[in-house]
Amino acid sequence: MSLAGETNASAQAGANSVNWLRLLPWGLAVVLLAILPFVFGSGAGLTVLNQMAITIIFALAYNMLLGQGGMLSFGHAVYMGLGGFFCVHLMNRVEFDGLWLPLPLLPLFGGLFGLLFAVIVGSFSTRRAGTVFAMISLGVGELIAACSIIIVAFFGGEEGVSADRTMGPALLGIDFSSQKEVYYLSACWLLISAAAMYLYSRTPVGRMANAVRDNEERAEFLGYSQRKVRFMSFCASGFFAGIAGALFAINFEILTEENLNLATSGSVLLITFLGGVGFFVGPIIGAIVFTLLQTVLSLFTEIWQLYLGILFVMTVMFFPFGLTGLIAIHFRPYQLGKLGTLIIPYALIAGPALGFALGSACVMEILFHARHAALGDETMTLLGVSFNSHSPAPLLLAVAVAGLSVWALRKLLPAFKDAWDEANHAGDAS
Amino acid sequence: MSLVLVNLLDGLVTGLLLFMLCSGLTLIFSMMGVLNFAHASFFMLGAYFAYQISTYVGFWPGLLIAPVVVGVAGALVERYGLRRVHKHGHVPELIFTFGLALLIEEVVQFFWGKSQMAFEEPEILKFAAFSIAGNAFPAYKVFMIFVAVGIFLALLYILTKTRVGMIIQAALSYPETVQNLGHNVPLVFMGVFGVGTALAGLAGVMAGPVLGTFPGMAVVLGSIVFVTIVVGGLGSLWGALAASLLIGWLQTFAASYNVTMKDVLTSVGLSEPADLATSALRDLWTLTLPQIGPILPYLLMVLVLAFRPQGLFGKRET
Amino acid sequence: MSAAAIELEGMCKSFGRVEIIRNVSLSITKGERHAIIGPNGAGKSTMFNLITGKYHPTSGTVRLHGEVVDQLKPYEINRRGLSRSFQITNIFAKMTVFENIRCGLLWSMNYKYSFWHLVDRQPGLTARAHEILEQINMADKHATLAGVLTYAEQRALEIGITIAGGADIIMLDEPTAGMSASETEYIVELIRKVTENKTLVVVEHDMGVVFDLADRISVLVYGEIIASDTPQNVRANPAVQEAYLGTVLEGAD
Repeated sequence: MSLAGETNASAQAGANSVNWLRLLPWGLAVVLLAILPFVFGSGAGLTVLNQMAITIIFALAYNMLLGQGGMLSFGHAVYMGLGGFFCVHLMNRVEFDGLWLPLPLLPLFGGLFGLLFAVIVGSFSTRRAGTVFAMISLGVGELIAACSIIIVAFFGGEEGVSADRTMGPALLGIDFSSQKEVYYLSACWLLISAAAMYLYSRTPVGRMANAVRDNEERAEFLGYSQRKVRFMSFCASGFFAGIAGALFAINFEILTEENLNLATSGSVLLITFLGGVGFFVGPIIGAIVFTLLQTVLSLFTEIWQLYLGILFVMTVMFFPFGLTGLIAIHFRPYQLGKLGTLIIPYALIAGPALGFALGSACVMEILFHARHAALGDETMTLLGVSFNSHSPAPLLLAVAVAGLSVWALRKLLPAFKDAWDEANHAGDAS
Repeated sequence: MSLVLVNLLDGLVTGLLLFMLCSGLTLIFSMMGVLNFAHASFFMLGAYFAYQISTYVGFWPGLLIAPVVVGVAGALVERYGLRRVHKHGHVPELIFTFGLALLIEEVVQFFWGKSQMAFEEPEILKFAAFSIAGNAFPAYKVFMIFVAVGIFLALLYILTKTRVGMIIQAALSYPETVQNLGHNVPLVFMGVFGVGTALAGLAGVMAGPVLGTFPGMAVVLGSIVFVTIVVGGLGSLWGALAASLLIGWLQTFAASYNVTMKDVLTSVGLSEPADLATSALRDLWTLTLPQIGPILPYLLMVLVLAFRPQGLFGKRET
Repeated sequence: MSAAAIELEGMCKSFGRVEIIRNVSLSITKGERHAIIGPNGAGKSTMFNLITGKYHPTSGTVRLHGEVVDQLKPYEINRRGLSRSFQITNIFAKMTVFENIRCGLLWSMNYKYSFWHLVDRQPGLTARAHEILEQINMADKHATLAGVLTYAEQRALEIGITIAGGADIIMLDEPTAGMSASETEYIVELIRKVTENKTLVVVEHDMGVVFDLADRISVLVYGEIIASDTPQNVRANPAVQEAYLGTVLEGAD
């Protein structure tokens, strides 16, 4: 599988001149970020957009470790969280002690605090990659999360610490009292951070991070200390996670133990992996999809986390290259001009696939309702139909739909696989 | 003195319970190179299965059946999940078991909800076995100690005296060589994973009535289990035993001695600042040992990593 | 003064109770092409790993241009002008051929741990990488992922990465293992070309290659060097013939 972020055929062509084609995605991103608030201008829309921007930065920072450096961390929330806590305290300093610090610069300080902490932890945790690194990251993460409850002065105990973002010196008359102003601040930092992280991946130490990930022994015999290369990736990742934390502090004006714990560290892993760790854009897609899923699913069902868990495990098992990987494997059929031949096979399996997903979701919803609804509440509504969740008929119907879909899928898959192979095969079918 | 004795026994119970989890985890890690993040989740499943079974036929059948069910579930996970991910390397394996841990927690909540189950020790063991200076020591904990020691001795016997044990021991030291000897390594893997998770399940059954059977029990214990095997040295059974007991006692003793930092600081000659309520160092003065207790294992881990990276008994440099 | 490129003095290495290398002393002068031969399990690869810093000797010293290096890490030894290849192909499979070579260049072109240069915008770096690609005849494959190259191409790339850093001591571990006769011939020519004016140390099983390439040959048997001499003298050495039971040398024409 070709990893889009790493193949680099145009490198020698564009050694001296600016390659405008490569700047196109960035230009589009600027335009998109600028007009989004006009499309989703409601309070809820802006909230989701802000959350998305923060999550994207955090996931990109996380992927500097996992995707580019081969380091699996179970405690990366710590660097985002500590950056955030530090910024909340800075905001309070601004409000109560008259410290002169314009809000737009705050993320820089969040980043520096994240960096500082990453330097401390990285000095011993980056000695090895793999399992050992993962365990240390988990231990340090849990240590800080546990400390946050007992060190009240800094972490505020159970209720966390809060601040008011509007108390800083206003620049150009902007005091960040509206969601939209906060959005544009987040969008700016998102662009800066994403560009910086992309550029980092194209520097000598960024390239060597990939080299160490793929083959640490070979990299050592090329003059590079694997430990130092990992340490630098780790520090850079801590810096950008700190920026994400600062934006979180600005956006929500409160940080709690939740920002540091394993659940947050786990969800960034989930987001990044879902998006695709082998690609620079993977975490971006992951963060967008995850935030949308979370927002939409939680409106409709109580067991959305179960669905996310299933989705995650299925991704690890069947699509280890994530959503971006799924998109990327269509690149070869596209190059061969055969993408069109896939439309009909896709349309054929779409029905049963949807049937299976909906059928099994209905089974779970009915079972959940039957087990957990309040005593006497036996009516539930699914897909616009109301019925008694305790009677066997709806459950059997859902099981039947799911079962039939599986049967149909098994019938259709061989033909689909043939069509797929054909579409990836150069030359005419003969 | 009597308080010390009570704590020693309580710590022993916690430590042995930890060891039942760590031994399975260590076996799996040493054999397959994969650290099973979902190990504590199988522990939780053990407790829930046993609770469900106990509502029909009582505690004792549950004690026997639940670990077997958990072990079978573990073997199936290895066969149909882990083996699939194996070819991508250790990091995806670890991510898979992490996802599994998330999923098991959600599944448990799906079936049993978020609240704690009324899973209790059997009536026959609901009495005080003996008491030390007024502190009653429940018979159930005595029972736990016996079961845990029994399991430990059985493991020791299997590992040192049987053919399967020889293969496992050889695989611990020379994984590639054993694969070349013609043993059915996939089957051994499935078996080890099954037995390891069954041990976790058994620990869950026994811990359920004492620690509470609730959806968060895997998270509460999970990280401690990982800390324990890192402290003991990845892949070392004796290290796992020593670290389990150490951490068991550390936590029990920390929880029962109400030493405050204030006493410690004043005894070394520092005086309490006048502006304690607003001082940035106020936590340093108000902390107590029971408060610090939960973070001690993590501190221990960081110290071990800093001064003895291979762990207490480990041979591999970590 | 001209110190030897590599000088081993009383080098021993044991793993547990097993002695793999026993009291090896050897001096390889600058510009020499030196081959190490010996039966399987003689300790050739271990000796290689001891010189390049993967292992550290139990006793004895390793000197590089007169400097003691036996306690240094691989990357520190590499920075002192020694580069090696591996018995098992050891390349960056998920990177392109071009990037593989570029990674081999970065340190020696003084980029070190830089995070302020953009690798794609360094004309000198790009040009040098293309020069090396030309040298190993892989210019047309520059955009191919290293993992999908043929075995012989991967071996050639491995040699390319090894020489990229401009090290003056090149150590190759069985560069022709598993190759057909024509591939072997090609690789030997390549090695001859790219190690011009450099010190070359090569571990090799193919006696044809060894006698073709080497100025001097050391014979390692059971962790001891039993002969270290010119090809002709080694061929005539009765102890060597005994160690090889005469079988291999016949095929060496």
